Amino acid sequence: MRHLLSTGDLSREQAVTILDTAAAMAATQAREIKKLPTLRGRTVVNLFFEDSTRTRISFETAAKRLSADVINFSAKGSSVSKGESLKDTAQTLQAMGADAVVIRHHASGAPHRLAASRWTDGAVVNAGDGTHQHPTQALLDAYTLRRHLIGLHGGADPTGRDLDGLRVAIVGDVLHSRVARSNVQLLHTLGAQVTLVAPPTLLPVGVESWTADVSYHLDEVLAQGPDAVMMLRVQRERMGGGGFFPSPWEYTRGYGLDARRLAQLPEHTIVMHPGPMNRGLEISADAADSPRSVVVEQVANGVAVRMAVLYLVLSGQDQTAGDLVAGQIGAHA
Amino acid sequence: MSVPANTPSADGDPVEILGAGDMSRALTRIGHEILERNHGGEHLVLLGIPTRGVPLARRLAAGLAKVEPGLDAQAFVGDLDVTMYRDDLAHQPTRTVGATALPVAGIDGKVVVLVDDVLFSGRTIRAALDAISDLGRPRAVQLAVLVDRGHRELPIRADYVGKNLPTAAGERVRVLLAETDGRDGVLLEGARR
Repeated sequence: MRHLLSTGDLSREQAVTILDTAAAMAATQAREIKKLPTLRGRTVVNLFFEDSTRTRISFETAAKRLSADVINFSAKGSSVSKGESLKDTAQTLQAMGADAVVIRHHASGAPHRLAASRWTDGAVVNAGDGTHQHPTQALLDAYTLRRHLIGLHGGADPTGRDLDGLRVAIVGDVLHSRVARSNVQLLHTLGAQVTLVAPPTLLPVGVESWTADVSYHLDEVLAQGPDAVMMLRVQRERMGGGGFFPSPWEYTRGYGLDARRLAQLPEHTIVMHPGPMNRGLEISADAADSPRSVVVEQVANGVAVRMAVLYLVLSGQDQTAGDLVAGQIGAHA
Repeated sequence: MSVPANTPSADGDPVEILGAGDMSRALTRIGHEILERNHGGEHLVLLGIPTRGVPLARRLAAGLAKVEPGLDAQAFVGDLDVTMYRDDLAHQPTRTVGATALPVAGIDGKVVVLVDDVLFSGRTIRAALDAISDLGRPRAVQLAVLVDRGHRELPIRADYVGKNLPTAAGERVRVLLAETDGRDGVLLEGARR
């Protein structure tokens, strides 16, 4: 895997490999010594043009657990606020020898631009671009779903398995959500059946072409007993003048997960949220803190998934150079 | 196989170095050597290095349990994945990260015997030693291999060897195990005269 830009690029096999690698990484994180020497001497740059706490800390933790050197770059207080372009920033990082660039950008497509431009030789990992993609979030959601729900009926180790047959409801602000876009593609690839639930104003144009069912009625979807309910954050910072729904109270009544709706769900159903949560708006405290909420575990799984992604994009990176060296024979050592 | 054992063929066909019977005898001997050297099996932990070290360690453990009635084969055998400790990750195709599973009692204060199929450059064993030091502090670490083919790049040697096999650097030693490959045997490939 050279870059990770979009979950739409991943085949089923690649996605399962990432999840299996994440499981191996997670196993090492239960040990007393959590640090592994795997990426020693490699440099990972966290290039964040948009505010983020958990994703940046998660990537930083993942890189440090693998012994990579981490450089954090945030647009605030950097030359970007003086008007430096993405190209110049990328070339600066290249000059400093970045092996991987983890980029979050407010413009959809910025990671593709960086990966396709050859401004940097490093692997590019998309940590969220505009309203487009957030692949590591979708992967950690898939990992969490697999851990909780696959093997539930068979009782076995989920390694090597996809999400075949799972039914997942993704509820809320789909329009502004890169998490929803990434999840619809990835979960479909892995064999799950996704239903998007939102008011018509919060669904993007062309949603009927997505690989997901669409419903405007949360109660109807919950009555069908989904295996997981993923609540999306209402992204008020992207709503400008508003007008997407009449009032927060009315949104909560139509699309919020409260104690009453929680009680309707089957016993095995898990409640997910990518965070940060607007408590009282899309999710009530009863739902957020209930035993079936896996929100905190999603954060922990995020580190394991990002370790797996960094490992997979950075190992074998010099292989083309290595092939030129004669006498590289024998897998045994 | 029609080729006589230990005679490299002119056209580079694989040559069978050890058959199933030879392999079984070598493992039995290694098992006895391990018990002799460590005065019994009381503090032993056998750790197989994936892929083929894992079934080999299980076979050795089963053999030890037969000889020493007090031993429970399941209780002192485990797997040690060394992928994340390798020094060649950037230069080789991406390797699948395997699972590490230690015996319940852990490895602190134990005598750990690493088990692998082929000892070549010694780099896998170096990675295994690093992996072990992150997992605990054994009293001693020993190494058992089915085939030692030479060409060491590090000052590492095996304590127990099934077969010393002098090879050329360009040759390839393939270990076949019933558990992973359907039959037992050790093949030498790419042999030339």
